[in-house]
Amino acid sequence: MTDGPHRLAVIGAGPAGLAACLAAAARGVQVTLIDAAPEAGGQFYRRPASGLGARRPSALHHRWSTWSRLEQGLAAHLEAGTVEHLPDHHVWTVERTGQAPGAGPGFTVHALIGPLQERSVAVRADAVLLATGGYEKVLPFPGWTLPGVVTAGGAQAMLKGGLVVPGRRAVVAGSGPLLLPVATGLSAAGVEVAALVESLDPRRLSRAAVALASAPGKAVEGALYAFQLLRHRIPFLPRHTVVEAQGEGHLEAVTVAALGPDGRVRPGTARSIPCEAFAVGHGMIPHTDLAEALGCRVDGVNVSVDDEQRTDVPGVWAAGETTGIGGAELALAEGHIAGRSAAARLHGTAPDPSPAARVRTRTRRFAAALDTVYRPPLHWADQVTDDTVVCRCEEVTAGRVREAVTDLGAGDLRTVKLLTRAGMGWCQGRICEPAVAGLTGCEQTPARRMPARPVPLGELARAGADDDESHDDGNDHAPGRDTQPPKPTHP
Amino acid sequence: MNPLDLVRAEPGPAFTVTLDGRTIDVLPGRTVAAALWAEGVTSWRTTRGTGRPRGVFCGIGVCFDCLVTVNDRPNQRACLVRLAPGDAIRTQEGTGHDD
Repeated sequence: MTDGPHRLAVIGAGPAGLAACLAAAARGVQVTLIDAAPEAGGQFYRRPASGLGARRPSALHHRWSTWSRLEQGLAAHLEAGTVEHLPDHHVWTVERTGQAPGAGPGFTVHALIGPLQERSVAVRADAVLLATGGYEKVLPFPGWTLPGVVTAGGAQAMLKGGLVVPGRRAVVAGSGPLLLPVATGLSAAGVEVAALVESLDPRRLSRAAVALASAPGKAVEGALYAFQLLRHRIPFLPRHTVVEAQGEGHLEAVTVAALGPDGRVRPGTARSIPCEAFAVGHGMIPHTDLAEALGCRVDGVNVSVDDEQRTDVPGVWAAGETTGIGGAELALAEGHIAGRSAAARLHGTAPDPSPAARVRTRTRRFAAALDTVYRPPLHWADQVTDDTVVCRCEEVTAGRVREAVTDLGAGDLRTVKLLTRAGMGWCQGRICEPAVAGLTGCEQTPARRMPARPVPLGELARAGADDDESHDDGNDHAPGRDTQPPKPTHP
Repeated sequence: MNPLDLVRAEPGPAFTVTLDGRTIDVLPGRTVAAALWAEGVTSWRTTRGTGRPRGVFCGIGVCFDCLVTVNDRPNQRACLVRLAPGDAIRTQEGTGHDD
């Protein structure tokens, strides 16, 4: 280990990362908080850019008091020098660089400075805490590439961060707890929300009622949203799904239809709703790329952690959505537990029991119950015509994806990708992977995405050269950041 | 109601940028995507293969659908790039390297 305080790199400044950062810094660890956004908060606490001068940013949020506490805590640690915040840093990989215990910092975090992402920096740390969050899953349907069709979370991000809306009249659709705040948020911002289309069957809600009631705060939150739907006069269409989006060059209408008990569209129920914007989402997917690059075990799509939020790689913790989608309250609890554990273990002790463990148990149970309620329609793929683009980057149609299996004998996602290019584009398959898996019946295995974002070749070369050096000169890199000036000797 | 009123925004003075040579006003702090949405523009790229229009999809930098040319640099994510006075935004065709 390096001289002086132990260094922890926390990647992601959303609820989990901030909670972890504060817990570790309060326990004598020097924290480097690395985040892609210009301001801390993550997607959940995304706020209007400061230049927009929002006097009442809380109007777009709930649990604002929690944010205030996190923000004040971070400010105090920044002031004290116990936390260094690196905003606009897009991490493209984390590597284990420590050769043996005591032989120097164990990890190097490589990050491109955004948004241009031309220059990479290396941050060294004794331990790493992954709080990389998640992103939205959207299953395809004809017309989903039309401008005006956005993810539900995307509509919310643009509203929260830029104070803009995608049109005057919108439909919100899909499945999951995110749709309610998106619909009510757009409505509060002056958008006419023509319908909230949810494939959820409310009868499943009553079946899961016992588990859902285990989180009374959440039940109140749900009731508040239901009240807001009424207040904003948003028509709610449960057991409905999107059939297609229509328009010439831009969205003009969406067709929705009722779902039968078998999860298929009921014939004769389709109706067209004119709209300029369509916000759609089918749940969330954890960002696990960095964990995978480090060799951490991933169960299904979630980074696997123990009771202390430790991954199976020594020195690597994970918290929040990356360990399984569960919402901000769970992320805060997991982040706190992870930060306490990291501090204790770096000091060579065991963490004290945390009251956050009870919150974690309760909110995980709630998330699991929600997961049984919110499901995309069982037969969503029926709506996906052969000419529907599935891979948005490489413009690969559903027909070609299906052919890869039926005519060419592909039996796994990787072979489908090699045969069709689906998943080979800019987004590295993040958007189309669940769709390709669903259309082909192939199992969704952890995708290997190294580097986790596009990196200029020159930066890759320089990172490698620097890495060799850090092995040679041991522990001279104690103060976290090394900006790696270009070296003329390395082309 | 509009989003600015909802949060009682008192933005700093607007500045100008250009979109394909046309001058547009931008409130400080807005990204390319937010500035274009505020102008009622929702697509600014055509795809490499079939030339179809695209704009914002994920809004958080994951999907790379909102690519745009800013100050002659193609393939910038409009949802991430914050604008500065005088920036030149150009709609992008295909790879963005053709012109």
